[in-house]
Amino acid sequence: MGLKQNLHKLKEKYKGTKMAPAFNALHTFLYTPNETTHSGSHVRAVDDLKRTMNTVIMALVPCLIFGIFNAGYQHYAAIDNTLRLDPLANFFTWDNFILGAWTVLPLVIVSYGVGLAVEFIFAIIKKHEVEEGYLVTGMLVPLIVPIDIPLWMLAVAVIFGVVIGKEVFGGTGMNILNPALTIRAFLFFAYPTWMSGDKVWVHGAKEMAGQPDAISGETILGSLAANTEPVYSTWDMFWGFIPGSVGETSTFLIILGALFLIFTKVGSWRIMLSSVIGAIVMGLIFNGVADAGWIEKSSNFYGLMSEPFWHHLIIGSAAFAIVYMATDPVTASQTNKGKWIYGFFIGFMGIMIRVFNPAYPEGFMLSILLMNVFAPTIDHYVVQGNIKKRMKRLKVKTA
Amino acid sequence: MSKDIKIKKGLTIKLKGEAEKILSSAPRSRTFAIRPSDFHLITPKMVVKEGGKVQAGDTIFYSKRNEAVKFVSPVSGTLTKIERGAKRVITEIIIEADQQDTFRDFGILSPDSSSAEAIKTRLLEAGCWPFIMQRPYAVIADTEQEPRDIYVSAYSTAPLANDCDFSLKGKEKELQAAVTALSKLTTGQVHVGVSKSGDSPFNGLKDIVLHNVSGPHPAGNVGTQINKLGPVNKGEIVWTIAPQDLIIIGELLLTGKFHAERIIALSGSEVKTPKYYKTRIGSEAATFLYDSGLKDENVRVISGDVLTGKKISPKGHLGYYSNTVTVIPEGDDYELFGWNKPVFNKISTSRALTFSWLTPNKKYDLDTNTNGEHRAFVVTGVYEEVFPLDMYPLQMLKACMVQDLDEMEALGMYEVAPEDFALTEFVCVSKQPHQQIIRNGLDLMYKEIG
Repeated sequence: MGLKQNLHKLKEKYKGTKMAPAFNALHTFLYTPNETTHSGSHVRAVDDLKRTMNTVIMALVPCLIFGIFNAGYQHYAAIDNTLRLDPLANFFTWDNFILGAWTVLPLVIVSYGVGLAVEFIFAIIKKHEVEEGYLVTGMLVPLIVPIDIPLWMLAVAVIFGVVIGKEVFGGTGMNILNPALTIRAFLFFAYPTWMSGDKVWVHGAKEMAGQPDAISGETILGSLAANTEPVYSTWDMFWGFIPGSVGETSTFLIILGALFLIFTKVGSWRIMLSSVIGAIVMGLIFNGVADAGWIEKSSNFYGLMSEPFWHHLIIGSAAFAIVYMATDPVTASQTNKGKWIYGFFIGFMGIMIRVFNPAYPEGFMLSILLMNVFAPTIDHYVVQGNIKKRMKRLKVKTA
Repeated sequence: MSKDIKIKKGLTIKLKGEAEKILSSAPRSRTFAIRPSDFHLITPKMVVKEGGKVQAGDTIFYSKRNEAVKFVSPVSGTLTKIERGAKRVITEIIIEADQQDTFRDFGILSPDSSSAEAIKTRLLEAGCWPFIMQRPYAVIADTEQEPRDIYVSAYSTAPLANDCDFSLKGKEKELQAAVTALSKLTTGQVHVGVSKSGDSPFNGLKDIVLHNVSGPHPAGNVGTQINKLGPVNKGEIVWTIAPQDLIIIGELLLTGKFHAERIIALSGSEVKTPKYYKTRIGSEAATFLYDSGLKDENVRVISGDVLTGKKISPKGHLGYYSNTVTVIPEGDDYELFGWNKPVFNKISTSRALTFSWLTPNKKYDLDTNTNGEHRAFVVTGVYEEVFPLDMYPLQMLKACMVQDLDEMEALGMYEVAPEDFALTEFVCVSKQPHQQIIRNGLDLMYKEIG
């Protein structure tokens, strides 16, 4: 009981001072506050924003752990190709874990450290409480960047993303663009050489380039975009034993995360399902085009177009983006009908951009950012439907 | 034409301490209080001064905006004190009761043979007009405008609420007189919503249209029933009246006396023997609270149900419109890691390590803790699950917050009252004060448009 009383005294002491938001953020992390209802309903449901955000983080933890092992595995497998013959036996090893942890954990620490520092500073300046949105963003960021990204780049991007992507709009709940994707997009456009190509996805590839023992680790999308057959089996893709951004490779774990989010009612199943449908529709269209022979085999787009439509869902960041990024409630459509439209176009546009984007064969970052911008418009028309119904009722009455 | 109402969206909150169906008479209260804050947007103009004598039914004050709307004393006695708050606003009017009641006699008025004008005049002079609420704006009805329809909900689905089938029992005569009288005041009809499974005293009454209602809370809210039967369009007015207030109106017409009797459900997990009490508007809550006994000191006494009631002190008085008094524990304590540990003893609509979905029939002992801090709106799609009205709750709340009158009107603001947003407030992840937001929105509209 001692801690509780002492913290309560400190809270009273800090009340009204500049540091109050910072103190409260730490205090409420330990204890849910002793706040009682003042107006309206005297009782409240148990869910708060911290719990909601925490649920998303729990859904992300398996991806993070897998990403740590995969970072090590991809590095050693690039050096010694025979490891790939039996990925299961060579995946969950201490070597992989130690190397992976050594490279991935700094990303997590920098992401949270810098991002939360910015949040605290803004909370103190603007005198509002530290909001929980960054808890999820901070976890997403290390999972969607290439493994060897320099930490200073990540720090700069996080500052940009949190300030321009969120705080200028008024903080959590007010932003238009998904902050994690804003960070990713900033990295992509500011430091393109570190974000694409065949040298960034495997730890050590960039440093060792040009040396006799150079390694490379092209992603599946990279090889498809270059019209070469990828070297990985479908099961490798599904389980996630492939190069890619840190946490996005295992479709299996992402599906588990999705089921968890849907079960807990924290993630929107409407968005996830409609995104998958959108991606399948676009994939089928491209397959049809390739099958009908309307496109030359030598065409730049043939490799990606002819890839079976369902493959698109297990390669690249499609699954991760659909489950964890598209469902961000703040930047998605806010009406249930709108979510169907919003999700469908994320999947649809995602595959389209993936196929037609010559510089960077991944489209989901851009398609989600694009649909973020359109989400309010979609909602507007959905709500208009309800308004029109009301107007019509009035007209019938007065006529 | 009778139409059944069945809703699917909603949430029935099951709490411990339901009032047992036993009716006791509460000891006579020594003092009575009328709080002008119970009458939203009414500024009282006092008629009786401190020290003045009143009979039950004598006007104490009238509305500054409309002199015809009178507020009368529920008891005979001496007006001992007019409490004032900031800016000399009257907060409470205390009347010390006589040993025996004397009633002002308004004379008997037969509802069948009287004209609408006579009925209206009688309701106004005898202080029964404030029982009639109107939508839009959820305020005491305008005396000038004729309502399209009148709605009464005799089915309560709110947590631990007064069971109308029990508390109205044996009052068929009064109810009939009241509905007959009211049916003359509207161009439309008097719609009464009753429980589909229950045995309501309204069954078999004439001059009403009976609707069987079923589904989770807020099926029993009169706002839900209006929305399903005939939503309020711009320019229209409907009235709503609580069934117990009909009894007072019926008594007035049949006996000529203002009989401010209330049968309240005293409920809640902190009440030792929750049951029904016969008492009177404005009575001291202590008269029945201590008759039943409270389990703890640190409690919240609510005049009304837990979703829409008002906080009163245990030494305070029953609200003007309340027919339920609920006592629940205060939740003014910290909880270690309350935001991430699994929760079994509180209600949640999610399953984020909350397990109330496993035990849908369990009764809970909820306290007044907010279970989290106030935040901006983040999560979407949660309100829609518990909001049966055909409109967009989140968009409506945002329109009210930015005071966009056109948007509020377009989204259906004329149809709602704050109580319709009690459930969305209950489930709100961001702990936003929905009912307050809607109230402020309605007040703004009333000022600018109404």
